[in-house]
Amino acid sequence: MRQLDVKEIIPVVRKLCIDANYYIGADVINRIKEFYQKEESPTAREVLAILLDNYQLAAAEKMPICQDTGVAVVFVELGQDVHLTGGDFQEAINEGVRQGYQDGYLRKSMVDDPIIARKNTRDNTPAIIYTDIVPGDKILITVAPKGGGSENMSEVKMMKAADGITGVIDFVVDRVRRSGGNPCPPIVVGVGLGGNFEQSALLAKKSLLRSLDSPNPDPEWAKIEVEILNKINDLGIGPQGLGGRTTALGVHILHKPCHIASMPVAVNIQCHAARHKSAQI
Amino acid sequence: MPKTVKLQTPLSDADVSVLEIGDTVLITGTIYTGRDAAHKRLVELLEAGRELPFDIKGQVIYYVGPAPAPPGKPIGSAGPTTSYRMDPYAPVLLDAGLKCMVGKGPRGPEVIKSMIKNKAVYLVAIGGAAVVVAKSIKKAEVIAYEDLGTEAIRKLEVEDFPCIVANDISGKDIYQEGVKRYKK
Repeated sequence: MRQLDVKEIIPVVRKLCIDANYYIGADVINRIKEFYQKEESPTAREVLAILLDNYQLAAAEKMPICQDTGVAVVFVELGQDVHLTGGDFQEAINEGVRQGYQDGYLRKSMVDDPIIARKNTRDNTPAIIYTDIVPGDKILITVAPKGGGSENMSEVKMMKAADGITGVIDFVVDRVRRSGGNPCPPIVVGVGLGGNFEQSALLAKKSLLRSLDSPNPDPEWAKIEVEILNKINDLGIGPQGLGGRTTALGVHILHKPCHIASMPVAVNIQCHAARHKSAQI
Repeated sequence: MPKTVKLQTPLSDADVSVLEIGDTVLITGTIYTGRDAAHKRLVELLEAGRELPFDIKGQVIYYVGPAPAPPGKPIGSAGPTTSYRMDPYAPVLLDAGLKCMVGKGPRGPEVIKSMIKNKAVYLVAIGGAAVVVAKSIKKAEVIAYEDLGTEAIRKLEVEDFPCIVANDISGKDIYQEGVKRYKK
């Protein structure tokens, strides 16, 4: 059994919060450059060029890519042979978020109560933390800051088996159509299929962690992802919704078994600032 | 053919009437920030017949909640937030003399109607290009509602702040026209 003091988690989470917000992944840059070549709209090309400039500037100036530095969504894969000591594990993650958002000059966007007070917590906590227990004696931590604009365009629908793959595709494409320019296209579309109501949403969110450079490992699903992506890019929404061919950079699907009566479908929309960074302890 | 127009605030009817959807606008001068919580308070003041914390006539409101300013910089990253959330408040402010709104994403029919009535325009800044936008902001000062943190109203001094015209004074909408052109 490996002993690990939870205090060791704090600086790791702090750095992940800052790095995720300053440095966009190479996969996003690669995809935008690829779409730039194919883009027909002059306005859209201008917008894509500005986005590429902005990623570079953010890294050079050490400033967040977007002022919406998001809710800190933290995924933890905790090795079952790790024994955490020295304090509260969740509080250690929150302390890392607190320090990262303070020291990195990141925006604090959390309110304490969704309806009544809506008072800013001033340190961007609490983080939203998902922990999976896995074999091994390591901890893998991923911080994925998630902005409000794109999250607001997300949806879960409890569909019928009879709706089939056509029904699913129509729902996903329509969700993007109805979102228009609001979620800061070009977007990444995360789709969670199966499980139950809440698991489908979590699958959709987790699917966004996949690199845009790697296709779905299952060729059947990879084909469906491309089909949905093409349909989305035929909508004409374009970067920022101003018209064009580059509406989505990728569609990612994760699926799980589900109840004989159910077919839950979740769509989690991610803006072009598809931020996530991981570290192993 | 879209053109590039330089504007100095405050704006007059003549300034905004030359703008057409798709034009690039570079704004120089004083503008104000405001988003959800500040809009709610401004509209409550107007409804109570009280004075606003700044003179809104001919003014520009930028929908933004900036990131904190790093040392040596006037402001942190400062890209636009999604505008539809301000739709319920916008017509009241336009009636009070607001000339221009800057945000991202389409506006509802009530706001567009009010823009036509009040000869006002809606411009978009590029969402997520928050460092590019911040570079055009030379000074920032909180002038009201400090308790709202990032949502406080700030007075910004900007130089060639880059935007694209999304709705002009005739009610034309780039979100309708642009998508129509590229839809397959």
